[in-house]
Amino acid sequence: MFHAEFTQKTGTFKERLVVILLIVASVISIVTTIGILFSILFQAIEFFQLRSFWYFMTGLEWTPGSKDSKFGAVPVFAGTFMITAIALLVAIPVGVGSAIYLSEYAPPRLRSLLKPVLEMLAGVPTVVYGFFAALTIAPAIVHIFEFLNLDAAYNSALACGLVMGVMIIPVVSSLSDDVLRAVPNHQRHASLALGMTQSETIRDIVVPAAIPGIISAALLGFSKAIGETMIVVMAAGLRPNLSWNPLEDMTTVTVRIVDSLVGDQAFNSPETLSAFALGLVLFVITLVLNMVSLKQIRKFKAKYKINTL
Amino acid sequence: MSANPFFDPSLPKRHRSARRFKRFTAASIIMTLAFLFFFLFDMVRTAAPAVWQAYVKVDVTYNEQTLRFTRKAVDKKYSKIVSRAWLRTLPKQVDTEPALMNTTVALWVLADDQVDQYMKGHHHKLKPKEVTTVENMKENGDIELRFNAVFFSQGDSKIPENAGIQAALIGSVLTLIVTMMIAFPIGVMTAVYLEEFAKDNRLTRFIEVNINNLAAVPSILFGLLGLSVFINLFSMPRSSPLVGGMTLALMTLPIIIVSARAALRSVPVSIRQAGYGLGLTKLQIVQDHVLPLALPGILTGSIIGLAQAMGETAPLIIIGMIAFIPDSPESIIEAATVLPAQIYTWAGMPERAYVEKTAAGIIVILLILVALNATAIYLRKKYELKW
Repeated sequence: MFHAEFTQKTGTFKERLVVILLIVASVISIVTTIGILFSILFQAIEFFQLRSFWYFMTGLEWTPGSKDSKFGAVPVFAGTFMITAIALLVAIPVGVGSAIYLSEYAPPRLRSLLKPVLEMLAGVPTVVYGFFAALTIAPAIVHIFEFLNLDAAYNSALACGLVMGVMIIPVVSSLSDDVLRAVPNHQRHASLALGMTQSETIRDIVVPAAIPGIISAALLGFSKAIGETMIVVMAAGLRPNLSWNPLEDMTTVTVRIVDSLVGDQAFNSPETLSAFALGLVLFVITLVLNMVSLKQIRKFKAKYKINTL
Repeated sequence: MSANPFFDPSLPKRHRSARRFKRFTAASIIMTLAFLFFFLFDMVRTAAPAVWQAYVKVDVTYNEQTLRFTRKAVDKKYSKIVSRAWLRTLPKQVDTEPALMNTTVALWVLADDQVDQYMKGHHHKLKPKEVTTVENMKENGDIELRFNAVFFSQGDSKIPENAGIQAALIGSVLTLIVTMMIAFPIGVMTAVYLEEFAKDNRLTRFIEVNINNLAAVPSILFGLLGLSVFINLFSMPRSSPLVGGMTLALMTLPIIIVSARAALRSVPVSIRQAGYGLGLTKLQIVQDHVLPLALPGILTGSIIGLAQAMGETAPLIIIGMIAFIPDSPESIIEAATVLPAQIYTWAGMPERAYVEKTAAGIIVILLILVALNATAIYLRKKYELKW
């Protein structure tokens, strides 16, 4: 493509000053990332000087506040992954299904009507979802399972997971929708010309072609789910609980972070510092998920030579 | 024997499976919509009672003794009926209007939250005797539900009938002003640099990857950054809109950068080429032509970023913006709370009367968000240029 590049070699002083200013502004994003990493890392290291790293990663007991407090984070991780798993079980099928309907089946007018509604769902603050989970969904779940003679806690992992799943639907569906629409039309035409039905075309041609993008969307949803704070702070338990039963109360990494920082402990107590150790784990996991997600998208873009995603 | 040589006997089966697949995708979107409507309906239903607030007509006595023990200002049987919060304002009332001293006046005053809940048919903790009093007052027309002006004119309170969102709203506005003052210029500058000036070198790519990652960092980690850098390292005031705004600014930055870049990219190359053709410098072209043309798009993205910052709670909890703040903050370094944090605090209150207030706060924040997004869409529609 033709590109104009006629800048004078000797820019004026003002010109150069502006460019330097712009570079400084751009570097702020790097400074922020480094700031987050180091502010968490330093306190986490301080924590691991007080408590063993090995026990933190493999220990089964999390008892802060007590005299011989123990910081084994396995139950905390387990709760996080249980709630995340429930959320993804809701969000991935529903999110991808919605995206397929919107991009492949829906007539343009219906699509232009439905898309803003999905965006609305994405714009709801998570504190609102948290209140909804605690006020409406959690009691409903208790009543439903009472009917089945099963005991459910009022702050069950299931209630959190379901509401969190709904929160993530727009994350998954919006990116999946973009990716599905980016699959070149000639692929669809070729498949239809060979006598496949529309649904077969979508299921066997379009979706497999878009799968890297869909994986990327799912990973993004995953990373959103484990970092989500308000829903679990308001609707999940505080008690670290190692269990397979989603009807029990469980706690998550983010709940423990909030709980240990809103208390009145001294800043250098292991209780407070444990928040940073958990934050470090959260940071690393979301970073890796994001890297993999970006790589998948790049793979998709390279395959179909798309620049607009 | 089928006459059609192209007839595929498995076709009905394939069509059935096709329909099933289509139905599954339609069902998933219907489920999403159903959830949204149920959720909105549930919130509005919960919030509706908060529109009204019970008021009672009682004789209020102003004298030396009642100013000291404000509970004595009304008849003993009304002492649990009238709001404690209102009784506490008696001395102030006499200060502003000394003529009230040593008089007894029949006044419409704010009722206690339990009376309010009783009137609305909710669960209440009134004693049987108090219930009879309220019933008697109802017969005499001495109790009525009025528009809940307190909700918009008061700050937080531990007394439910006196709790409002004003302090939180002002806190939100101050915080968001700080956020936009920081995030908007830096975001636009970064976008301009990356789109117009940056060469494709390692620094540029590093910045791009960084922005991408920053957008994916969970919001709570920004709270950890704010706590350990802004508060502990720079000793900025805890719970203040300044720290809150700075923390949110870092979160909003990637959103603004991404949308501003898209807006700049949509300005056609021909505009720049025309500028070069007339002998303008790169800076003049960007400043006088490209930026103004991209501005509507940049503003749209910034408003969407603003809306996201408005609803963010987790990082603000970490930096202490959930403290009990009854008075509106007057500057950005005073302790303050924000609307979503207020919702969070109220949601944790044990009194039943806070439930409807929480839901009402949620409706307010949702309306603000809808208004912001509508503005963004309006701007995009109005100033969108097709090249």
